[in-house]
Amino acid sequence: MNLIQQLEAEAVEALTQGKEIPAFRAGDTLRVGVRVVEGTRTRTQNFEGVCIARSNRGINSNFTVRKMSFGEGVERVFPLYSPNIESVTVVRRGVVRRAKLYYLRGRTGKRARIAERKQTVSQ
Amino acid sequence: MRSGVIAKKVGMTRLFQEDGRHVPVTVLALEDCQVVSHRTADRDGYFAVQLGAGEAKQKNVNKPQREAFAKAQVGLKMRVAEFRVDGEDGLIPVGSTISAEHFIAGQKVDITGHTQGKGFQGAMKRWGFGGMRATHGVSISHRAHGSTGQRQDPGKVFKNKKMAGHMGDKQRTQQNLEVVRTDATRGLIFVKGSVPGSKNSWMLIRDAVKLSAPEGLPFPGAIVEKKSTAPEHEEAPAGMVEAAAEHEVIEQVTPEQQEVLAQEQQAGAGDETTPAVGEETPESGDNAGSDEGKEG
Repeated sequence: MNLIQQLEAEAVEALTQGKEIPAFRAGDTLRVGVRVVEGTRTRTQNFEGVCIARSNRGINSNFTVRKMSFGEGVERVFPLYSPNIESVTVVRRGVVRRAKLYYLRGRTGKRARIAERKQTVSQ
Repeated sequence: MRSGVIAKKVGMTRLFQEDGRHVPVTVLALEDCQVVSHRTADRDGYFAVQLGAGEAKQKNVNKPQREAFAKAQVGLKMRVAEFRVDGEDGLIPVGSTISAEHFIAGQKVDITGHTQGKGFQGAMKRWGFGGMRATHGVSISHRAHGSTGQRQDPGKVFKNKKMAGHMGDKQRTQQNLEVVRTDATRGLIFVKGSVPGSKNSWMLIRDAVKLSAPEGLPFPGAIVEKKSTAPEHEEAPAGMVEAAAEHEVIEQVTPEQQEVLAQEQQAGAGDETTPAVGEETPESGDNAGSDEGKEG
């Protein structure tokens, strides 16, 4: 491990202190609690949508969440270890066969559905 | 004028600010940056400190240089550089090791290094020439530089004509880079933005010449005490910028205007997770309650 990797590993550890990032992947529906500063007060705003991409690159990791807001597609890219991200919760797990779901951008309604991933019951 | 330091480029990463914005940083490491000798006005006509950094093999250091290092009682250094200082009080004792706390978060520095070498390059890449046309009778010389001069008068190519040649690996100084964090235990300086040169190349870091130095800079320099590298300043948590280097957002819109704008944006645009402002349906009420619970 070189010095940069070591620094990034320490930073990731410090930034994830006190919050838990669940295992999630593309196709999952996420609710992301984002810290919003309004004038002087701070509150948490939720952004809920389908995770269409995730990039795992140490401290540079990020994920893209897409939702439909009044017929308009809205995408937000969140740095995974940003101090602005207060919480990430997996609302629903999806079955997809791609790592990046950019094909959802051209689809709306029924065509943009993702089947739910059921827990596999081990013997 | 204060002495600078010699540092090695480690690489780039990112740090976060408390408000969530991120800062791209270059990590520079001090590797046994020690004072090797002094230049004084009576002996040399000017005041300067000579620093050495890194560790060299014996076979790579010539004998006079080895003797100079031995006289200063420092190890063999890979890189040696002089830094001019204002007077006698600017001199740092010979043999002392310079600490990363020589610089403080929030101050601006100038960083000198050798840019990445590009080898022999054509005029298009090296000077941004346009090249020639792809068609219309041009053959073989699509990326050529074209004419280099006039006719029989002057009958020569002027000096400094931009032509193909070796590109890069030139000494360049990037000015006014901000120090955003220092790590005294490991001897690291985190500078915002990029610096000239490749990884593992040597950099000279000086206080910015074009800006006045901030208050509280260690003068003549911050020295690592023997066997103690305890940081003297409060360190920010890993991955974060130090408080002194944080900057407020310059708000073009006042908070009141922001609120009005936010209401306009949210008008009728609520959904089950983010209720619209002013939307007073019973089922949005309990959602709003959970929202307000996280205030603070």
